[in-house]
Order: sequence, then C-alpha cells, then structure tokens
Amino acid sequence: MIVLKVKWFSSGADKGLQMSKDFKIDVHHLTRVEGHGNIFVDVADGKIEKIQWQVPEAPRFFEAMVRGRSYDDIQIIVSRICGICSISHSLAAIKAVEEALGIEVSEQTDMLRLLMHYSEQFQSHILHIGYLAAPDFFGVPSVLPLIAKAPDVVKTIVRVHRIANSWSELTAGRPTHPITIKPGGFTKIPTEKQLQELGDTLKKTVPDLKTIAGVVFSVLGNVPKFERQTEYVSLKQTDPPAYTFYHGDIASTDDKGKTVPVRDWRKVINEYVVEQSTAKWAKWHRDSYMVGALARFNNNADLLSPMAKGLAMMFSLEKGCCNPFMNTIAQLVECVHIAETSIGIIDKLLTNGLKQEKVVTKPRAGRGVGIVEAPRGMLIHEYEFDGKGNCIAADMCIPTNQNHANIQKDMEAFLPQIINESEDVIRLKLEMLARAYDPCISCSTHLLNVRFRK
Amino acid sequence: MDFSCCEGCQLQIINLEEELLDLVEAVEVVVWREAMSEERQWYDIAIVEGSITRPEDELRLEVIRSRAKTLIAIGACATIGGINKLKNNFNLADVKKWVYGKDADMPHLDTTMTKAIDEVVKVDYKVHGCPMHRPEFTYLIRCLLMGKRPEVPEYPVCVECKAKGNPCLWDYGQICLGPIIRAGCGARCPTASHRCFGCRGYIDNPNITAAKDVIEKYNQTVDSLKSKMVLFGSRQGPTNE
Repeated sequence: MIVLKVKWFSSGADKGLQMSKDFKIDVHHLTRVEGHGNIFVDVADGKIEKIQWQVPEAPRFFEAMVRGRSYDDIQIIVSRICGICSISHSLAAIKAVEEALGIEVSEQTDMLRLLMHYSEQFQSHILHIGYLAAPDFFGVPSVLPLIAKAPDVVKTIVRVHRIANSWSELTAGRPTHPITIKPGGFTKIPTEKQLQELGDTLKKTVPDLKTIAGVVFSVLGNVPKFERQTEYVSLKQTDPPAYTFYHGDIASTDDKGKTVPVRDWRKVINEYVVEQSTAKWAKWHRDSYMVGALARFNNNADLLSPMAKGLAMMFSLEKGCCNPFMNTIAQLVECVHIAETSIGIIDKLLTNGLKQEKVVTKPRAGRGVGIVEAPRGMLIHEYEFDGKGNCIAADMCIPTNQNHANIQKDMEAFLPQIINESEDVIRLKLEMLARAYDPCISCSTHLLNVRFRK
Repeated sequence: MDFSCCEGCQLQIINLEEELLDLVEAVEVVVWREAMSEERQWYDIAIVEGSITRPEDELRLEVIRSRAKTLIAIGACATIGGINKLKNNFNLADVKKWVYGKDADMPHLDTTMTKAIDEVVKVDYKVHGCPMHRPEFTYLIRCLLMGKRPEVPEYPVCVECKAKGNPCLWDYGQICLGPIIRAGCGARCPTASHRCFGCRGYIDNPNITAAKDVIEKYNQTVDSLKSKMVLFGSRQGPTNE
C-alpha cells in the first residue's frame, strides 16, 4: 500500500548488495523524508570520485501560478506547497500579504496564530523524531517493526502526534491546509472552553515527552559523532527577547550580535541553480549554511524554557554544536519548549478573554515580505500586488533549499570518515545524514541515489 | 506512490494515528517512501497522490498501474489535477522563465501541462479533497476489504452545509463554491466560516443556471466566480463554460 517504490528505487540497510570490484549501488529516492532526493556516490579504487546530493522532484512553479490571483486567495494556493508545513506557508504568506496591504492585526490574532504555528512545529517534530528518524536509531527500516518491538513507545508517539494534530485542528480548522486564516485575522476562533481543554491536554503531554526523550536518550550512542563547522541562520527576536519561530529578524552564528531586517532577506539568501537539483541552493557568509532546529538552537538557546534547557543539558546539546545529526535532538528540545510556552500563551489568552473581531480589508498596491521559522528552518514569502489587490509578482524561499548546499558539504566531509565501513553502513549513514535535516523536498520543489564503484 | 504534490494526503494516512495501527493489521504495507524503507514489487492496491507534470512521471505511473490490481487516486492533485493545474492557464515557457530565469532551459527543470491521474491511466477509486478527508479514505479501505462498493456523494457541498445549520456565506459577501462542488467533506470549510474553494471538484451535473441565479442575487459577476473556480478547477469540466 501507499508509496510504492519500485525495486530500483531501493533504499534500506536490509538489502543485500552485490559485492564485486566494479559494483554499483543506486539509492534513488530517499525514504522516510517528505519528497524525493537522491544521493549519488562514486568511489573508484577507494577514491571518492564524486559525491552528490540530488533533488529530482518535479518543479511546481508556484511563483508563476499565483500571478493574477487576489490577495485573499494567496494563502489558499501557497499552503499547497507543502503538506507537512502548510501552516508555516500560510502564515508566511499572510504576513507578507498584510504587510503589502498595510493590514494590522490585533494582539489576540497574533497570539492565536502563534499558537497555531506551534501546533505545526510540534506535529512535524514528533513526526520526524518518532516516525522518520527513530527507525535509524533502532536499526530498523521503518516504524512498523517497532510496533511489535516497543508497542508502548509507539503508542506514546502516536498519542502525542494525535494531540498535536487536534491542536492544529482547533486553531487552524484542520491539521493540513488551514481554513481559519484570512488577511487581517481569523474566519473562526476557538472557544475559551476549548482553549482551556487544550491547555490541560498540553500539561498532561509533558510526561509523554519525557518518556520519548528517555527512549531517544537510550539510543543516543547510535547517533554518529560527526562535526563540521558551518554557519547557522535563523530568526532572532530581541524585543522582547524570545526563542522565536514567528517574529524577529535574521541572525547568523557568523555575524553575532547583528541582525538583518526581514525585508533584506536577499542579502542573506543568495540563491543559485545547480545541475543536480530542481530546487535552488543558497549561501551567505560561507559556501553553505544550515537552517532548522539546530540553527535556531545555536542562535537562541539561552532563551529556551527552563524544562527545555534541562533536556538540552541531559543530551549534552550546547550552543555551538556543529553535529548535524543533533538536529533531531534540537527538535526534541524545541517540543518541550513549545509545550511549555504554549501553556503560557493559552493562560494569557484566557486571562484577557477572547473577543470576536470583525475584519474588513481593502485592496491596495504594495509589496510585502513575511518570514517564519517552518519546522525545518527559515521560510520566506514575498508578494507584490496591484491596486485591485491582484498578485503581480511572488517569490518564495524554502528552508530545505537553504540546506541543500550544507547537506552536500556535510556529505563531502563525512564520507571520507566512514569510507572504510561496509557499503551498507555507508549508505545507511549518508541516508541518516540527509534525514537528520528533516528535509521537506516537495517544499523545495524532493531525495537519494547512492552509487558506489570500487 | 507520489507525484507532483505536497504529500499532505500521505500525511493524512499518518494522521489516522491509532486507526493507522489497526489498518496495518488488516493490510500489509509493502512500499511507502514517506514512512518506510522496506518495499516490494507487486501489490494488490496502489495508492497514488499527486498530479502528472513530466513525461517520465507518466511512464512511472504506467508501471505502477501494470503492477497493481487496484489503483486509488487520493487528493485533489491526483483526482482533478488540483492546484497544479493553475499552471495550465499560462504559457509554459513563460512559467519556466518566470521561476528559473536564465536557467529555465536546463532539461531537469522541464514541465508539461498538468494532468490528473485518470488522464494518464485507469483509476479505480478516487478519494477527493485537498487534503483528502480521512474518514472517506478509511471508508473506502473498509469497503475494499469487505468487498462492498463505496458510495461517493453526487450532490453539492451546500447539502451538507445546510444539514449542519451553517449560515450561508454568500449572505456574508463570500463567493462560496458550495453550490457546484461535490460533497463528502462534511462542509468543513464553510463550517469554519471559510468559503468553499472547490478542492473536491465539480459534481457531475452542476446546476449552472441556479449558480447564475445565485451570482445575480448577490450582485456578483461571473468573472468573480470564475476567478475563484480557477483555484482548483482550472481546465476541468465546467470551468470553461
């Protein structure tokens, strides 16, 4: 059932490989990621001839498709860029539309959107940790064998994932492709009773998160110890200081103290097209940089909630960590932070009392940028509208695109360290490396083809 | 199997949560790239999401069809072409140039007119929606396991919306596509006070005359209706009428 992958698109360590002087491995379409990616490795007589991270996803041309569409249809269209981070795309778009049309939103709208945004981070992180990355840590090809091996753990993960989705359902109308967001505010907001119940549920979820953390900690030894210095880029919020996913300017670990205003994002993300990929690549101060949970952590770790800080300490995850495999651990730390912070937001919303706000918006010509942290990193949308509020230009920059060059550089540095291992192990570890980035490739337009020659 | 799309419909299967654990007891999952590394070559049921936008994808789809006894298309991209068909309203060379500039002619960036799955191969069942509605998916799988014929609604979203007692969004100045779009979603969007934007595709015989009456009654224009219909309904059935 479901995604069938035909034999030659194969991946997974359980497959026997032909061992001969001139052998090839083709892992085409990396599994357990969102989208299609290939890793191509060519090793001749023990020498690395070529290692290439390829993105063969069919391009989808969203920037062209939104032209002519009304400002109140933009979010409906661009949400469809990605099924896993549809809320992030919707929010980045709506922020850009509102800036372009000069629409201000209330504090309540801002807090409810933040809460909606957290629900997606939480859902996506649990999906990645529990369903996509965990099988690597346990040495199994998917979550399915884990159901028999560790039913209680799997049930805990499923339960937490369900809670995340019902949280999205409450705030966004449904888990995927939100239907409550509109320029200026909401079509429908939750009731105070529903928010109260969500707060209670989140409080009860904290022990489940600790259980998941305990299980991940028990297999921490299976996380490769690989480090490569690189640049980490994320949003940073200074007024008031907060570990941000939604507000703030652009910060880099290579440019400490300074931030770049959101509207100047092109100075940061220098995009270029490479032959091996339908998705564009990006660089800033170096050849490549990383976005995502580890980047956010490296820029903002001191602003984490108390329990999240404790968890980071338990995993020896410290600011300046440059092991990309620890991105999954940073996601776990963020889950705890998100749960704690969201409980606080709900309390504040309930103390203020929820108001039904009437929103009327009018079209005008203008240009606007919206940046949010999608679960896998900084996401940028920019639109320009004519006087009737119809879109005349659009630009979107997706987190996984920004990571592609860094994945390539990591692979180039990692392969020589593991070159003496068996082909099966090499392939598995390269797959794990790509997967650690939690790549969302249909966003960036999709991941894996490993070919060896010896 | 996934083609050009956001993979949100696969996610709906993961989002079945505890129900998914029951489902994998009833069926054997042989290939699932988003969630598994295991895979096999022959299968009873192939579940396909996404639309077809490249010649090589057509070939891949034909291989899948030849290996599967039953093929199910899930989600708007697969069932009607979905949002990807917006592209078909433009000149394709212009679309490529707009997004990739001077690199537009690189062969790996090539694209063709977007097609729904049944424009390439025979589709046995469709689960509509963007994303597909989870209860409809589990209903279909239950029917297949029990050998029953699944029923797909042949009436518009308005029927389900009225049954829920929702106020009509046309009364609030929204151009809602409820009158012409296939029901089955439980009128989810209008229930959240969001106009229906047509992700399930048109019913087989939409009442065009009545739709025109509604437009007149609310002082809207056919053009404003068309500008909403184009989102999910580009080059599909009555869009061009």
